[in-house]
Amino acid sequence: MTDGRSPEPAPAGARYEVVIGLEVHAQLLTQSKIFCACSTAFGAEPNAHTCPVCLGLPGVLPSLNRSVVAMAVRTGLALGCEVRRKSVFARKNYFYPDLPKGYQISQYELPICEGGKVPIEVGGEERTVRLVRIHMEEDAGKNLHGVSPDGSSGVDLNRAGVPLLEIVSEPDLFSVDEAVEYLKSLRAILMYLGVNDGNLEEGSFRCDANVSIRPRGATALGQRCEIKNMNSFRYLRQAVEFEVRRQVEVVEEGGQVRQETRLFDPARGETRTMRSKEDAPDYRYFPEPDLPPLIVDDALVEEARRQLPELPRARAARYQRELGLSGYDARLLTGERAVAEFFDAALAAYGAGPERAKKLANWMNGEVAKLANETGLSPREWRLTPVGLAALLVLVDSGKLGGPGAKQVLDVVFREGGDPKAVVEARGLAQVSDEAAIEAVVERVLAASQAEVEKHRSGKKDLTGFFVGKVMKELRGKGNPAIVNALLRKKLGG
Amino acid sequence: MSGSAGSLLHLSLLELSEALAARHVSSHEVTEAALSRIAETDGRLGAFLKVTAERARAQAAAADERAARGRRLGPLDGVPLALKDLFLTRGIETTAGSRILEGFIPPYDATVVERLDAAGAVLLGKLNMDEFAMGSSTENSAFKPCRNPWDLSRTPGGSSGGSAAAVAARQAFGAFGTDTGGSIREPAAFCGVVGLKPTYGRVSRYGVVAFASSLDQVGPLARTVGDAAALLQITAGRDDRDMTSSPRPVEDYGAALEAGAAGLTVGVAREWLAAGVDPGVAQRVEEALATYARLGARIVDVALPHTRYGIAAYYLIAPAEASSNLARYDGVRFGLRAGAEGGLRAMYGETRRRGFGLEPKRRIMLGTYALSAGYYDAYYLRAQKVRTLLRRDFDRAFERCDVIAGPVSPTVAFRLGERVDDPLQMYLADVFTVTCNLAALPGLSLPCGLHPTEKLPVGLQLIGRPFDEATLFRAARALERELGPLPAPPEISA
Repeated sequence: MTDGRSPEPAPAGARYEVVIGLEVHAQLLTQSKIFCACSTAFGAEPNAHTCPVCLGLPGVLPSLNRSVVAMAVRTGLALGCEVRRKSVFARKNYFYPDLPKGYQISQYELPICEGGKVPIEVGGEERTVRLVRIHMEEDAGKNLHGVSPDGSSGVDLNRAGVPLLEIVSEPDLFSVDEAVEYLKSLRAILMYLGVNDGNLEEGSFRCDANVSIRPRGATALGQRCEIKNMNSFRYLRQAVEFEVRRQVEVVEEGGQVRQETRLFDPARGETRTMRSKEDAPDYRYFPEPDLPPLIVDDALVEEARRQLPELPRARAARYQRELGLSGYDARLLTGERAVAEFFDAALAAYGAGPERAKKLANWMNGEVAKLANETGLSPREWRLTPVGLAALLVLVDSGKLGGPGAKQVLDVVFREGGDPKAVVEARGLAQVSDEAAIEAVVERVLAASQAEVEKHRSGKKDLTGFFVGKVMKELRGKGNPAIVNALLRKKLGG
Repeated sequence: MSGSAGSLLHLSLLELSEALAARHVSSHEVTEAALSRIAETDGRLGAFLKVTAERARAQAAAADERAARGRRLGPLDGVPLALKDLFLTRGIETTAGSRILEGFIPPYDATVVERLDAAGAVLLGKLNMDEFAMGSSTENSAFKPCRNPWDLSRTPGGSSGGSAAAVAARQAFGAFGTDTGGSIREPAAFCGVVGLKPTYGRVSRYGVVAFASSLDQVGPLARTVGDAAALLQITAGRDDRDMTSSPRPVEDYGAALEAGAAGLTVGVAREWLAAGVDPGVAQRVEEALATYARLGARIVDVALPHTRYGIAAYYLIAPAEASSNLARYDGVRFGLRAGAEGGLRAMYGETRRRGFGLEPKRRIMLGTYALSAGYYDAYYLRAQKVRTLLRRDFDRAFERCDVIAGPVSPTVAFRLGERVDDPLQMYLADVFTVTCNLAALPGLSLPCGLHPTEKLPVGLQLIGRPFDEATLFRAARALERELGPLPAPPEISA
């Protein structure tokens, strides 16, 4: 039966494909800035970490921090880039109060790395996202508004000269999910490499997105908009989703998307025009004459290669191969380097073997992950130590601690620290395995539940679970489940 | 100038140094003599922007104390010198000849200043110059004109005009300047003193206000070749704060100084003595060549076909780099701030409008244009290619000769005001000097007599192989010894 109307058209969104390319700015974990010896530490008093060089005083010259180069090369090797043996710094010229010299020292025509790829997994499928390039540059400072009583603005140049890697992907991402996956994968790799702390809120890992749409099936790219100011995965998602809706609307109404730079407003969940292509500044790039071309020799590449850690995917594969973990467990454990290292250390304390590895993985990906999420603490901030977790598991294995008790102990140790054994004793959480004591409780429970005992024995209904619950409640959850079950079977069956 | 104090000032730097070492004279005496001389003459000459009498006296006293204890620091200990006001001096106003830096007290010393300080040199003050070293007559000084001691109606040349004038007028025993396109050699020639632009990278640029970073080089101005060699000796060498400074060891410039001209091959670029060169200048240069031949040097013709593009390339590259280097004078962190009440744009506009003189503005405009999108390849990049070709010309020429000789400037010192309204004519004063900067080669200006009719000094330019300043000194010394000193310039009445 039809009502005579034509079928509902496919929603506009489904007729278009989104194409996304990301530019990530990752702050490098060097002690000092890229062109001077000032500290890169976050959170100091404004302008505490400045000197004539990063203040851009007359006469100063940049001296390149070699560890920036080492980290860039390490990153390039890890991502399969071609590391240029000769790269060139360039000046990007524009006026802004937070840019002390009136130009940013960056790389333009000859960046340190070209090509490369980042692995992502979407919907259970693995594929790689190609990179265009990676280059080194200095960060700008920060304008401070409304800080002085007379209403004038200030500039904090602590961040000016902090080293950044700019990592530019090809427009290889075809959904918001893929974009988020790409960012997560890249972030994990950079953290593994020890070159970035992955902190989105403090701005040490940030990204701009180039977003365009095209009719599904088309191969040519649509006109793109660059979106700035997304400092969390959630904002990236919101911004790109909004932008796709906006572009679809424009096209559906017969318009054309204009190339422009748009700013994401987290308060409204919207992007809005920052500047059009016509207003795009001419940065007048030219090779930085104060820095000779950067030559990366074999020794530097070899040194970077030596410093390459095992990357997430390789580690996950090894966990599957050597520890017999499932792919799921292995990926969860290796997503963050600190978590994987915690796991390794805990396993070393706990003892080898697939059975133990599996048990430990369950705890790590289950209760520990839950607590980490709840508290929002990163592995470095956990009070729980690998040895502590291993000790907890040993208590469980020996029957001294039951499941519910173990969870309670973990909760305490995770939040407050301490030795699980001591916690068990201090809080009286030890499992009751005393058969006589349990038997007394079982008898008391059965005596108090005559009706249910009848029902069970008549075979009308298996009420074992009901009785276990009652007994455990009496024992405040500390009864050894094996003994409780065995005694109940004996009494009810008899 | 009269009496024994006055006659002290007629010593060369090295003669003074010997007298100081023998304790025939004290640094105190000679410093007071120099300060008096400056007080008597500078009202008319205009070589100094600032006299640092107090600091000079303190340094002289310290030098005398060292001498008394037999702990002289070397040949410069206790010798009164002066610096172009482009060198940053901690605690002493440094203006670069510009209103935009008026009142700027640097918090640090340039590397050259540090090295001179460590050598015990006495700083008499900061010398007049064309604003930001842009000019060939010192008429672009934002503060006052500087005059030529040989004829007060004429320019001392520029941009290191104050440096050349002070040395020629016996106000200082030596001075430092900078040379981007001839700014040491041209004033040295006009004032009848020795001036050296070393190989690019021989002397640190750290702490020297930048004009055109790939061309700027620091060098000495002195009364004799030996004096210039001594001044270079102390200041040359790698500085980790200037990555463009060379790690090549510094030669002992005194070692071969007296080795004579015999055995040297002097190349002559005939096109440099053709049209456009004042016949009197050409005559003195030809005579110098004849003297070399008489002293046993071989004279050969060399071809430098691309030098004709030198000025064009220079006036693209230098303004391009300057437009970027001068961006930091924005009113935010130091120097002049104007128009701030009207907001950021107004502040930028007003600060730079009021702070910069005509010539910096002209060059910022030229350079900004040359770097703009769509013009970069045609201008900046092409000009860089000219540099490569020029360098190739010189490499080829140096296969056949040890030094290349020619005029420094097509004319002798011109009259104040003569060219101020004709920038192109002014730029052409640099026609023979810019090539050294473009090719990064060392160039030395040596007085080779007075113009036959105008009775003003004529400069002979000697160009050497990269980092072969030693041969330049040797060749220059051979001629200097033969020609004898120039007569002293006429007395400057108070």
